[in-house]
Amino acid sequence: MISSMGAGDEVRVMVLAGGLSYERDVSLRSGRRVLDALRAAGLTAEMRDADVSLLPALQDDPPDAVVIALHGATGEDGSLRGVLDLCGVPYVGCDARASRLAWDKPSAKSMLREAGIPTPDWVALPHDRFSELGAVAVLDRIVNRLGLPLMVKPAQGGSGLGAAVVREEADLPPAMVGCFAYDSTALVERFLPGMDVAVSIVDLGSGPQALPSVEIVARDGVYDYAARYTAGLTTWHAPARLTAEVAAQVSETALAAHKALGLRDLSRVDLIVGEDGSPQVLGINVSPGMTETSLLPLAVQAAGMDLGRIMATLVERAVARSRP
Amino acid sequence: MTGTTQDDYTDRYARRVRGMSTSEIRALFAVASRPEVVSLAGGSPYISALPLDAVGEMLGRLAAEQGASSLQYGIGQGTIDLRERICEVMALSGIHGASPDDVVVTVGGQQAIDLLARLFLDPGDVVLAEGPSYVGALGVFQAAQAQVKHVAMDDEGLIPAALEEAIAAVERSGRRAKFLYTIPTFQNPAGVTLSEERREQVLDICERAGLLVVEDDPYGMLSFEGDAPLPLRARRREGVFYVSTFSKTFAPGLRVGWILAPHAVREKLVMMSEANVLCPSAFAQGAVTQYLSTMPWREQIKTYREVYRDRRDALLTALRDLMPAGTTWTRPGGGLFVWVTLPEGLDSKAMMPRAIAARVAYVPGTGFYADGTGTGNMRLNFSYASPERIREGIRRLAGVMEQELAMRAVFGASASAHHRRRGAAAADAPGPDLA
Repeated sequence: MISSMGAGDEVRVMVLAGGLSYERDVSLRSGRRVLDALRAAGLTAEMRDADVSLLPALQDDPPDAVVIALHGATGEDGSLRGVLDLCGVPYVGCDARASRLAWDKPSAKSMLREAGIPTPDWVALPHDRFSELGAVAVLDRIVNRLGLPLMVKPAQGGSGLGAAVVREEADLPPAMVGCFAYDSTALVERFLPGMDVAVSIVDLGSGPQALPSVEIVARDGVYDYAARYTAGLTTWHAPARLTAEVAAQVSETALAAHKALGLRDLSRVDLIVGEDGSPQVLGINVSPGMTETSLLPLAVQAAGMDLGRIMATLVERAVARSRP
Repeated sequence: MTGTTQDDYTDRYARRVRGMSTSEIRALFAVASRPEVVSLAGGSPYISALPLDAVGEMLGRLAAEQGASSLQYGIGQGTIDLRERICEVMALSGIHGASPDDVVVTVGGQQAIDLLARLFLDPGDVVLAEGPSYVGALGVFQAAQAQVKHVAMDDEGLIPAALEEAIAAVERSGRRAKFLYTIPTFQNPAGVTLSEERREQVLDICERAGLLVVEDDPYGMLSFEGDAPLPLRARRREGVFYVSTFSKTFAPGLRVGWILAPHAVREKLVMMSEANVLCPSAFAQGAVTQYLSTMPWREQIKTYREVYRDRRDALLTALRDLMPAGTTWTRPGGGLFVWVTLPEGLDSKAMMPRAIAARVAYVPGTGFYADGTGTGNMRLNFSYASPERIREGIRRLAGVMEQELAMRAVFGASASAHHRRRGAAAADAPGPDLA
């Protein structure tokens, strides 16, 4: 592990958290969790916001590697990774291009479908299209094409913000308005009944491996922001209550999605497992939540692994990548 | 592995905390703390207007010269020195002849409200409060498992007929309203002031109904145009509990407030406060006492008034110049807040993400109602941001509202159905640290 970097080498890690996204609060909690885990694993780590002081700090006193615990656009749309590339600072996680693709749900879904990985049928539309063509007519076509119920969510974004399940046609316009408050493009997806699971993927040097899947059972049936981040409102089962055969298929599907999008180091793949046991991918997260109620840490625990050791190994790999 | 909720205490919580949860709106306020965002959401006074060097020297002396007492435990009621000064402050507001014996020093006005709730409210009791009302008080009443019934206001404050009707409605329902919680002067969040004439009417109505009055008066000294009307407590000694604070006239970081209570209940308040916080901070009390004894605090209040008047004017001018048609707002004669009513169909809570993306923050009206109403309103603060920033914030906000109006036009009136699913007003308001 870290000792392979040479005795006496002090690895200095900068954890980036906060940012200006809607998920700033979640990110700050993720960042603190990662910071504690890295320190417990013996690394020297500091946490910093992605603000105007970041680039001077990277220039004056560059860390050995950066861990991006930013959620939302800054951390996941690839732009910050591009800036880190410009600065020559290695970071844990996928590169800017893969991040950008995964961040944009319609792009990611297109790539999954091209790779033959199942994902629910969808349509993605910017709000301008509704004003140009008439909202009633467009919504009517969407319902005709995809049927009900539907899942409406921002094309870019996380934590369930701006997302809504639409069971009746009358609920579609408010769901669209709620979604467009968060993003200018909406992803409308066929809502599939089944078991919500998340598969965390880490690559500790021997290729991507799927950690035990985590099953999500929201108390009120809706895994929204409050259900995600208020302890007690959701029950998580890790591993998910699936047969060995289905669990294996879920893991394989998640790994295939991780690879299809060209991801690296770690990711979290969210899936729905239908009543027939077949999984479909709902989304992929390149900067998974690390809070007390987040899914990746639950999976790590279920695998009998240690978050600090995993993050330390990923830091080591990032540092190694940067060396000729 | 069996399921986990990541909270092993779920079945042990008291009933009063059930339903507490984080919220999307709280998440959005986290962004508002960044300097890129013009925050009109907080309630922070403009502390930079204080002579901080002189205050620093004063605090240094308080530790160096009086540390043996100022860093020690104190009595639950608060020091006699401070209570005497508090009576002088109240006299300036028109409450004459108050005895320091009847003053209980508290940890900010918030603890004062909490003590009164503990003293008077049983689960299921009804509290009458203005609609909208102070979110911190709503939280206290919720924790006391009381039900808040809002009473409508207009530009002259609480509407007496609405108060009478609310009292009658509570009686008809077989329940008991214990007190009226009111902020009659420069109300938070509405910014309106109960008129002279109505003050007597409201007191008469409450007296007839046997309803106690909790008068919360944090802003009465921050009048921009002459003196504010006399507090309710200056008009009636019995049945009125007067609550105030040094948070807006000196510094909220010290957390010093007080209750002026009828003699009979003062001892109970002290005992409850001792059970609650043991004693208010001796150092903070010493700081306020020294400030009131040795520094030009009346001049400082004038400074605050002038700064806030300029900022209020900047806000009102910007609203007049920039807000979309159909928007209305209050014109406060003091205090810290303006209450905005949005054009028909707009939902301040649903609009929040768009506002944060545009780098401006406000508090949705739902943060000030116990019953989830207030979607068509927002509270704007003018004490913290500079006049230039306030105008820029309103410019951004106007753009957000135009976009939202356009969106509503596309999807129709039926598109406004944002409900608060769980939790309470506090879930829609920022924490106290947001400027």
